[in-house]
Amino acid sequence: MGSTSSTLAKIPNAEDLMQETGFTPAHLVRLYDRFKVLDKDKKGFLTPQDFVAIKELAMNPICDRIIGAFFTSGGETLDFPSFVRILAHFRPIDKNRPKEPTSPDPINSRSNKLKFAFQLYDQDKDGKISRHELLQVLRAMLEKQVTEEQLESIADRTIQEADLDRDDAISFEEFRKSLEKVNIDHKMSIRFLR
Amino acid sequence: TTQLSQGYRSFKPTELHCLRVWLSVVLGLIVLPAMFGVSLGFTDLYVKALVKTLEWATLRIQRGQKEEDAVPAHLPNGIIEKDDGSMEEEIGELRRSHPKSLAGGDFTLCDAFYFCKKGIESIVEDQVTQRFTSEELASWNLLTRTNNNFHYISVRVTIIWGLGVFIRYCILLPLRVTLAVLGLSWLVIGTTLVGLLPHSNVKTWISDLIHVTCYRICARALSARIRYHNKENHPKKGGICVANHTSPIDIVILANDGCYAMVGQIHGGLMGVIQRSMVRSCPHVWFERSEMKDRHAVAKRLKDHVADKTKQPILIFPEGTCINNTSVMMFKKGSFDIGATIYPVAIKYDPQFGDAFWNSGKYNMVSYLLRMMTSWAIVCNVWYLPPMSLQDGEDAVHFANRVKSAIARQGGLVDLFWDGGLKREKVKESYKEEQQKMYSSMIVGQD
Repeated sequence: MGSTSSTLAKIPNAEDLMQETGFTPAHLVRLYDRFKVLDKDKKGFLTPQDFVAIKELAMNPICDRIIGAFFTSGGETLDFPSFVRILAHFRPIDKNRPKEPTSPDPINSRSNKLKFAFQLYDQDKDGKISRHELLQVLRAMLEKQVTEEQLESIADRTIQEADLDRDDAISFEEFRKSLEKVNIDHKMSIRFLR
Repeated sequence: TTQLSQGYRSFKPTELHCLRVWLSVVLGLIVLPAMFGVSLGFTDLYVKALVKTLEWATLRIQRGQKEEDAVPAHLPNGIIEKDDGSMEEEIGELRRSHPKSLAGGDFTLCDAFYFCKKGIESIVEDQVTQRFTSEELASWNLLTRTNNNFHYISVRVTIIWGLGVFIRYCILLPLRVTLAVLGLSWLVIGTTLVGLLPHSNVKTWISDLIHVTCYRICARALSARIRYHNKENHPKKGGICVANHTSPIDIVILANDGCYAMVGQIHGGLMGVIQRSMVRSCPHVWFERSEMKDRHAVAKRLKDHVADKTKQPILIFPEGTCINNTSVMMFKKGSFDIGATIYPVAIKYDPQFGDAFWNSGKYNMVSYLLRMMTSWAIVCNVWYLPPMSLQDGEDAVHFANRVKSAIARQGGLVDLFWDGGLKREKVKESYKEEQQKMYSSMIVGQD
């Protein structure tokens, strides 16, 4: 008589979603409930305004970029499967999963988590973080707290360290190399308590 | 005559007899003792039996959950794990693994991870929205409404659950509704009659008696078991009593132990009838909707009431909205600006027996009351805290926060700075600037 199974039935394509994202039924139901809570006007999809209404997100310095990661290609509506697919990036890495060379990387692999983070910087999606894009992120995170010269020198320094092929931009490979020692699983994962 | 008798349905003598027995049981065993403040101990026995049953049910469910992950013994406030570290600690950890050695300050690409993760966490669960949904239980309490994650149910537990449904809906619910109706009618009729008396000490005494007995009957109508702690700090006349707000039932809970002057908006309908009759016997502070907007008028009326030492202490819920009893949100400073002594009270409901939180977006008043009356019981603790007053050089906001912390600490609730009214409003830019300020101190250090 678990209410989980009855709510699961309300989610369209639940089985496929679970297969694709790796969420358990219980977690999928929680995300569905959350989706409905965020969708205050009961439209059936989310808009950027619904995200901005989350207080803790609105005070996050890179709030716009995080929201932008959900609404790719400029669309203004987010349905539940897309919502879950993005959040699947933040599932903890499955240590038990067998490594098959032919199957595609799961959404929450280390590589895909890094790609998600890379995307936050690389707004024009050309595969490189240019100096200009880096400055934009720094400006978002620091705004009025530092001067423009300080921002520029920080940007220059960062590119200098990470840019190995000296093309004045950080490619995904350089990004990955620069962060190879970081515990991505811990820092870019969200664990459900139940 | 046969046609006439076919048109009527006459009550059989046995039905009338049953009704008479029912009413006398209710009156004799519940209403009369309630009026005299005597407890026959039924509620205590009932609650003890409930506890044993729920423990048994929990054990059986846990036995069936062998394969699943163990349910954490201590129920946390939320569904996802959150790191408690400050921004400095978290980003520091991120940077420690970076090959370049940084002498405090400076930017690294992985800094964004911290903000990204915090952002995604708040999308999955945020502190404000979370406080407006019912608290989840670590183990199921045999009410369908709280069954979220417990899918293993054995046959025996199902039988007990079914029995529980029968008891709650067919036995307890009619009883409770009868009591509630009796209690409210008593209040309306009693206060109207008392209102006819001339002003005197006798009138005040009778009015208090009527109010208290009504609330006692209503408490029985909810199968409420209330424990009052530190009764020596009970609010006195001329003071203002503030408490955390979870539901309209808070009023019944507090008024069981003394008389308060209520503050609120005049409503229409049944509520309005009750309000208008209450004010005939003793002074309450009811406002018209238009008056509520004018803060000065409100403050003046409260001040006048408080200045009159013969009037009962005012009862105010400064959060302004119902919160789910896991936290205390920002107190509105209006009542702390009056200059009266504040008597803080902490109310904590035990969610195991029934969820008292009124989610006004989800349920209207009637469905909420029905839910209350079909729960097992309402068990709660009330702590009276020592009186507090405005200190020299302190402003109302600071004072309000001080009181809020005291209440949160006593009730074991999370002390939040968020405004409960925020569920309808936008966040101020200053919050974002604070985040940026904190981060910038890590980048450029103290220049």
